[in-house]
Amino acid sequence: MLNNSLDKNMESAEVCIVGGGLIGLTLALALSSTGLEVAIVERVDLQDTISSEFDGRATAISNGSAQVIKGIGLWNLVSDQLSPINDIRVSDKNSLFFLHYDHTEVGNEPLGYIIENRLLRLSLLKKIKEQNRISLLAPAKITEINKSPNKVQLKLADGRKIKSQLLLACDGKNSSLRESTGIPVTSWNYNQSSIVFSVFHEISHDNLAHELFLPGGPFAILPMVDLNGRHRSAVVWTDSKSLIPSLLALKEEEFISELYKRFGDFLGKLEIVGSKWTYPLSLLHAQRYIDHRFALVGDAAHSIHPIAGQGLNMGIRDIAALSEVIVDARRLGADIGLSETLSAYERWRRFDNLVLAVVTDTINKLFSNDIPPVRTARRFGLGTINEVAPLRRALMRHAMGTMGELPRLIRGESL
Amino acid sequence: MTSKVIRYKMTEKTKNSVENGSVDPIEMEKFRAMANEWWDPEGKFKPLHKINPLRVEYIRNNVSQHFNLDKNSLLPFSGLKVLDIGCGGGLLCEPMARLGATVTGIDVLSENIEIAKIHSEETSLSITYRKASIEELVSENKEFDIILNMEVVEHVVNIEDFLDNCANTVSQNGLLFFSTLNRTPKSFLLAIIGAEYILRWLPRGTHDWKKFIKPSEITNILLKAEIEVRDLTGVTFNPLNGLWSANTSDLEVNYMGYGKKFNT
Repeated sequence: MLNNSLDKNMESAEVCIVGGGLIGLTLALALSSTGLEVAIVERVDLQDTISSEFDGRATAISNGSAQVIKGIGLWNLVSDQLSPINDIRVSDKNSLFFLHYDHTEVGNEPLGYIIENRLLRLSLLKKIKEQNRISLLAPAKITEINKSPNKVQLKLADGRKIKSQLLLACDGKNSSLRESTGIPVTSWNYNQSSIVFSVFHEISHDNLAHELFLPGGPFAILPMVDLNGRHRSAVVWTDSKSLIPSLLALKEEEFISELYKRFGDFLGKLEIVGSKWTYPLSLLHAQRYIDHRFALVGDAAHSIHPIAGQGLNMGIRDIAALSEVIVDARRLGADIGLSETLSAYERWRRFDNLVLAVVTDTINKLFSNDIPPVRTARRFGLGTINEVAPLRRALMRHAMGTMGELPRLIRGESL
Repeated sequence: MTSKVIRYKMTEKTKNSVENGSVDPIEMEKFRAMANEWWDPEGKFKPLHKINPLRVEYIRNNVSQHFNLDKNSLLPFSGLKVLDIGCGGGLLCEPMARLGATVTGIDVLSENIEIAKIHSEETSLSITYRKASIEELVSENKEFDIILNMEVVEHVVNIEDFLDNCANTVSQNGLLFFSTLNRTPKSFLLAIIGAEYILRWLPRGTHDWKKFIKPSEITNILLKAEIEVRDLTGVTFNPLNGLWSANTSDLEVNYMGYGKKFNT
């Protein structure tokens, strides 16, 4: 037998994660917290990913996801960057605030939090650097993947090799690992894009989130942490794809005046902070999540409409479930890459993710139009939800990420 | 040479025993194929793969409790010496090694030893595999903290002698684990007629019902060998979900247990 320890270029880890984004980094921390050895392979230099020019997005973190952040020991690093959401007000065009979710209905915890992606990434990287069980290889290009019955070996462009028992693809919506593994996807494009940016405003947001359903798509205002003593919110402006270039071509004051038409003036004078980012929207769901010693996690497995702010939360639920089945198998001395373990993960997550993909797709189709009968019907629908307290509470718990058969990390227990 | 005390489960292929020592490349390829067969969770040894996590969990929990170890750590068995008797392809040795134990696996079939060696090399686990009988280890004055006798005692020629030899290799404060089949009408129906003839989980003739052991019998035999049985747990199969589970009230067919060596 080849003695691998003689090969200076050979690294070995129990798990190899491809992708150093929010999902890959969080998964690495969850796994290593149990004692597992993890390698992360990332294509780009991670220093570039923490600048505000790389990613200006802010993300909604559900309560369930917040438990995971606590569980992996990240809470102290991010707590002052989290802006709690105490109430979500959902409204249709011309009738503000007629569905509203108040967190005190389901307990004292906030409904969720808003955090800037890059700050979350910065904290994750900081925490990872403290872990001697995580080796971070970035920037690194994968040139070859060799799967054998008992292991997976990656070859990198610089000659290094990584041997592991399990390869986890956290390389995002356009996952090249998913493609090279030959896992088919169900997907379609929404004829919509989102413009994402943040604004300063005069009046405090009081930790309320707003979602306004407009014919072009949902328009969301999300409360952020104050910056330099100024009140701040994130805006996710979804509109028909054809309209986006002309909106972005507008001069700043013209853009702001278009913004007021949607945003209103309830937060006072608005001022745009930094750059605007545009993301085309599409739905994508992998037809299976697993293969021989291989699993898809987060956006590599599913990408949904941002209408419910659930994208990252779904991925974090994947992480909680996958790290649980892996560590449970490992604590029984099992080979963690076996299909039995991976199937348990797939069964646990795929249906839940599919439901959320379908629900967000349906809500978007129902709301992103201006057809009068549909408007009447949906207004009736939202009104009904408001009248029926148990139904509203159930929807809230789902949005908070605390429904269904929950992994230990999401229940606030240790792995 | 010492007598072959254990007649471990034989399959059609493993009956063609080979000589110990150097193995030619063609034989090596054959072993590799057989190792893959042993280790295929959906293959010939599927029942063993299905029941294995339950056995490991039982061993892990009781060992952790007895030696006061953290069962949630990944290497709770660090520093413990484990002997697996009748190790076959290494299905139990590998989990024990992953949990941190220093593992020796013995089997009287050199084919099994070759298969186990090949597989542990592929999984990069360090395990000592030997074609040996328990008598050989006794004569070498070997001692272990944990002895595993899983699905072995119903195959030996003389269970009293066999367990006495096992007990002699258990260290002070050490534990001996066993799993076997009870001699009841139900076990005849399920383990012989069901498993060998109807479901064909096992080759016919794998088990001889007359050699199955009642819990009271094994408890008494171990007592004479200075091992006090601490627990007996039934292992039952649910045909509806295809899962094995521990069942403290039903020891009618499969059961497992462990005992502690007397303090001297």
